[in-house]
Amino acid sequence: MLAYLIRRLGASIALLFVMSLLVFIGVYAIGNPVDLLISPEADQQEVARAVAALGLDKPLWEQYSIFLQQALSGDFGRSFAFNTPAVELILQRLPATLELALAAMVIAILLGIPLGLYAGLKPDSWLAKTIMAGSIVGFSLPTFWVGLMLIMLFSVHLGWFPSSGRGATVEVFGMHWSFLTWDGIQHLLLPAFNLALFKLSLLVRLTRAGTREAVLQDYVKFARAKGLRMRRVVGVHILKNIMIPIVTVIGLEFGSVVAFSIVTETIFAWPGTGKLLIDSINVLDRPVVVAYLMVIVVLFIVINLVVDLLYSALDPRVRLSEATA
Amino acid sequence: MTQPGIATSDAAVAETPLRRFIAEYAASRLAVVALLVLVGILFVALAAPLISPQNPYDLAQLDIMDSRLEPGQKSGSGMIFLLGSDDQGRDMLSAIFYGLRISLGVGISATVAAVALGLVLGLVAAYAGGRTDAFIMRLVDLQLSFPSILVALILLAVVGQGVDKIVIALIAVQWAYYARTVRSTALVERNKDYVEAARGLRLSPARILFRHILPNCLPPLIVVATVQVAHAISLEATLSFLGLGLPITEPSLGLLIANGFAYLLSGKYWISFYPGLALLITIMSINLVADQLRDVLNPRLAR
Repeated sequence: MLAYLIRRLGASIALLFVMSLLVFIGVYAIGNPVDLLISPEADQQEVARAVAALGLDKPLWEQYSIFLQQALSGDFGRSFAFNTPAVELILQRLPATLELALAAMVIAILLGIPLGLYAGLKPDSWLAKTIMAGSIVGFSLPTFWVGLMLIMLFSVHLGWFPSSGRGATVEVFGMHWSFLTWDGIQHLLLPAFNLALFKLSLLVRLTRAGTREAVLQDYVKFARAKGLRMRRVVGVHILKNIMIPIVTVIGLEFGSVVAFSIVTETIFAWPGTGKLLIDSINVLDRPVVVAYLMVIVVLFIVINLVVDLLYSALDPRVRLSEATA
Repeated sequence: MTQPGIATSDAAVAETPLRRFIAEYAASRLAVVALLVLVGILFVALAAPLISPQNPYDLAQLDIMDSRLEPGQKSGSGMIFLLGSDDQGRDMLSAIFYGLRISLGVGISATVAAVALGLVLGLVAAYAGGRTDAFIMRLVDLQLSFPSILVALILLAVVGQGVDKIVIALIAVQWAYYARTVRSTALVERNKDYVEAARGLRLSPARILFRHILPNCLPPLIVVATVQVAHAISLEATLSFLGLGLPITEPSLGLLIANGFAYLLSGKYWISFYPGLALLITIMSINLVADQLRDVLNPRLAR
């Protein structure tokens, strides 16, 4: 277990290094920020001063070594556009993204698992067929278009929910959260549902498939034969056995929810990291793009590690030492 | 047995599996409808310049007076805008036809290229084994541990915009799926008797790989590729919507939807709605066809 963790950590650090190199070279090869960030009316002296201040006059490898040294101390440079430290900017926005992603995951789980269970237990009922048809639609709908349609229906036509922003937030532990105020919840609901829809369809299908296999197993028949109520059989026997793939997928998909929040945040003007990334790419604010990517890589490494650990905790048959990093 | 003998018996057998395949596919009425819809969409995409009411990118045909007309309204020149018009006075129906052309073209060409790349890498990994296999599979794992949209975004942020760039990005996010699928089937096929027999005949490894193992790896690959075409089209639309995909000069469906976003809040829904509907129908029909293909081609469900 410990050996596995150490090996895994080593691989993660190597991965971080490779990613930093790729990202740096890639991001620093696009466009010329001098043209974009410095006013066209500036004279040569002003341009030269700005280039020196941004460190753009040094050779690429020197820029990278400075970048790497600073990165190790958590400093990814200052945002060209905001003139604040890039990491600080991202960490400020991260709670908003995590809140949105968590809310989406909660919606997907609370709706997806019961619907999938029902569809698996009564596969021939019309409701189950409707659920499955809905899940195919949910699979096929592009996230960004659903977002637009949600705004059109619920914000423009019905006027039930606001179409953009986070609403009132409450500060807890130095971070702002929307879900603690009624106004915040109203702002959160549409984007969270938008982000949840794809995962919801996935969970419905996964749970249904697992349930249909599980009800045919002997332990379910035995539990029924013992005279246990159906509720207990479903809640304890079936659910426990189909949880392993579901938890894995939930863990793995959390990363993808964070990634797809880029789209949802852009549509609903949700002030999280995804919107920040798109804005930064558009103005070539490279320190922010680089810092975002590094933060995301760290986040993914942590998520993958947690999923692997959870997996072994849930299923004793899985041996961590055999897994690859 | 002589060479021609083998060839004729092959041809005689080849006809029955195809017929059985068609019969099994047609067992689901929904899948047949989806296939017909898909064929219709492909036809529209191919024939867009011939069947569109106007060429939406010929500025001489556009009239700014026709901008933002509601669906079904008539223009000053007597043309009817079935699905309304956008802010430039462009007929949405024509714009959608042309957009489908671009969306499908980009999605399909990227998928074909990615299949070719993944196929070769997967076969090589399975056949060579050892370090080559470990290296390729490590790359696959690395690629698959990041969501496709993130990888594509990073790439586009790095290489910039353009049709070629987005095709490269779509290849980069897809190849790993094919490499993994092909490798796992090829590993099973490699140990079968017919490969042993081919080796006994001292055929070259390349010939064994591409003429013997490859054809037997195709069914699962076809299923994965069909699903991936839908993903590729959806991803391209998303990236174009975010302003990182195709340039304005080549408006795919995603760009049309983005274009209408600004007018959505003022109630002019049709500029975004209909391109999105076209996208949805395309993706759904592909998914339904893929679903049925998976059932028919799955050897575990063989009847």
